[in-house]
Amino acid sequence: MRAETLLNACVLLALAAVPLWAWVADEPFTITLATRLAILALAGVGLNLALGLGGLVSLGHAVFFGIGGYAMGVLASHAQSYTPLTDWPVLIEGTKSMPVIWLVAMGASGLAALAIGALSLRTSGVYFIMITLAFGQMFYYFAISWPAYGGEDGLSIYVRNGFPGLNTLDPIQFFALCYAILALALWAMARLMRSAFGLALVAARQNAARVEAVGIAPYRLRLVAFVLSGMITGLAGALFADLNRFVSPVMFSWQTSGEIIVFVILGGVARLYGPVVGAAVFVLLEHFLGGLSEFWHIWLGAVLLGVVLFARGGIIGLVVGREVRRD
Amino acid sequence: MTEVLLDIRGITKRFGAVTACEEVSLTLRRGEIHALIGPNGAGKSTLIGQIAGSLRPDAGSVWFDGHDVTALDTAARARAGLARTFQISSLAMEMTVLQNAVLGALGARGRVMRFFRDVMRDSALRAVAREALDRVGLWDVAAHRVGDLSHGQRRQLEVAVALTQAPKAFLMDEPMAGLGAEGSARMTRFLDGLRQHAPILLVEHDMDAVFALADRVSVLVYGRVIATGAPDAIRRDARVREAYLGDEALP
Repeated sequence: MRAETLLNACVLLALAAVPLWAWVADEPFTITLATRLAILALAGVGLNLALGLGGLVSLGHAVFFGIGGYAMGVLASHAQSYTPLTDWPVLIEGTKSMPVIWLVAMGASGLAALAIGALSLRTSGVYFIMITLAFGQMFYYFAISWPAYGGEDGLSIYVRNGFPGLNTLDPIQFFALCYAILALALWAMARLMRSAFGLALVAARQNAARVEAVGIAPYRLRLVAFVLSGMITGLAGALFADLNRFVSPVMFSWQTSGEIIVFVILGGVARLYGPVVGAAVFVLLEHFLGGLSEFWHIWLGAVLLGVVLFARGGIIGLVVGREVRRD
Repeated sequence: MTEVLLDIRGITKRFGAVTACEEVSLTLRRGEIHALIGPNGAGKSTLIGQIAGSLRPDAGSVWFDGHDVTALDTAARARAGLARTFQISSLAMEMTVLQNAVLGALGARGRVMRFFRDVMRDSALRAVAREALDRVGLWDVAAHRVGDLSHGQRRQLEVAVALTQAPKAFLMDEPMAGLGAEGSARMTRFLDGLRQHAPILLVEHDMDAVFALADRVSVLVYGRVIATGAPDAIRRDARVREAYLGDEALP
């Protein structure tokens, strides 16, 4: 078995084992921490598709995280107040059903990614970073100044949304749901990395002229990658909002975009489990160092600096080295 | 089926006050190797860019296989059957030799938006890739990372990727660049056999190769084609000698 596959299996097992232990030991807070980790990792898996495979350094992925969050917030708040979203031209009611919320979250963030990507992908390099950042700030300020859904204060949802057959208020059951989604996303991502689309997308990152010369337009590849990426991050946003039972404009902030990038870079850009490892380091540092000092980001910065300077390929690259497919 | 496959009709390209190409007309016929020579700065790269689609001419048109392709981008021209090799090897350096070849085959086949099936286990694409790598003699290193290849092997891989596209015509920008005497001779023999599959528009500095291979030669000087003709005629042409070849003895 390849070293990286082994490492990935260990990470996935550990992420299941710790909350199971916490469940037996009756430590619900640890389960919540693991749930948070799984959800943030999912957001990173989304970004990794654009940033890692596609080489698209998006500093605006908070847009999709936030849209996912607000999809949950808006639908659930209407459901809890028994008011429809609109009654014209058709009656649209809120919902407390997670599957419906997820579909709306992914659909809305996919559409937003299509619009943002169609414009931003005409640029590259630092201009791409700046344009995605600008879109992020637009959504942020829009959310702040939109009083219908809490504005700056955000929106609280009193009861976690439901999933058929599960009691989502039970921490271990909600964790299992998030874990299953993360595993599914990782599986799909693994398939995608080996697919025709994945080959062309990665080749376009390494050498766009080559891809064009064989008859494949890089723009289309990148746009599709950006949309899929936004949809996954949007789904993570919906789960994140459900975890906290709260949404606020902070989900749209550029710090959120930056944190998602940090997950990917810490773990290993374009590595399948990079965002999982990165999110794990982030959540653990936040938990242990955050308890000591509110300035724990200094230590995160030091770790990030070390990884960027000394470990090309992130923490995964540091552990298992460079991998090239040999078949 | 026309005799002329690629027809460049009076294309002009200016960059500010500099005219890189002025009313350039050229044709590439089926079964031939048409060499394009000229001193450095003559506008060869600009011309290649306009033929391949990465540059838009200010005037004139490019016709390929009976269609006006002037408005098409590089990818669309490649899908129409125009395969390009680059002066400086332009490959996916972190991928393997086989992956680069499969990419070429994938581009030619289309259906890129496949997200689940393992592309490296696609037997049709692999067969195309294998045949191309076999022909240039790179199958032995198929699993090597391109970044680890020698310069000469990368030049061969450039050609192999073009082969996977099963093109109607090749557009080759200095395939001999940096190959050395023996490598050049091998590449010359290889290209010689290739013209039966598809004609080649060959930009090349290696005069031995040009005069050994070309059915016709065009000479580009200061953005203008000053002569087109059979190698012997070009060799004797007084304007060409004056403008480009100097007083050196020609092969």
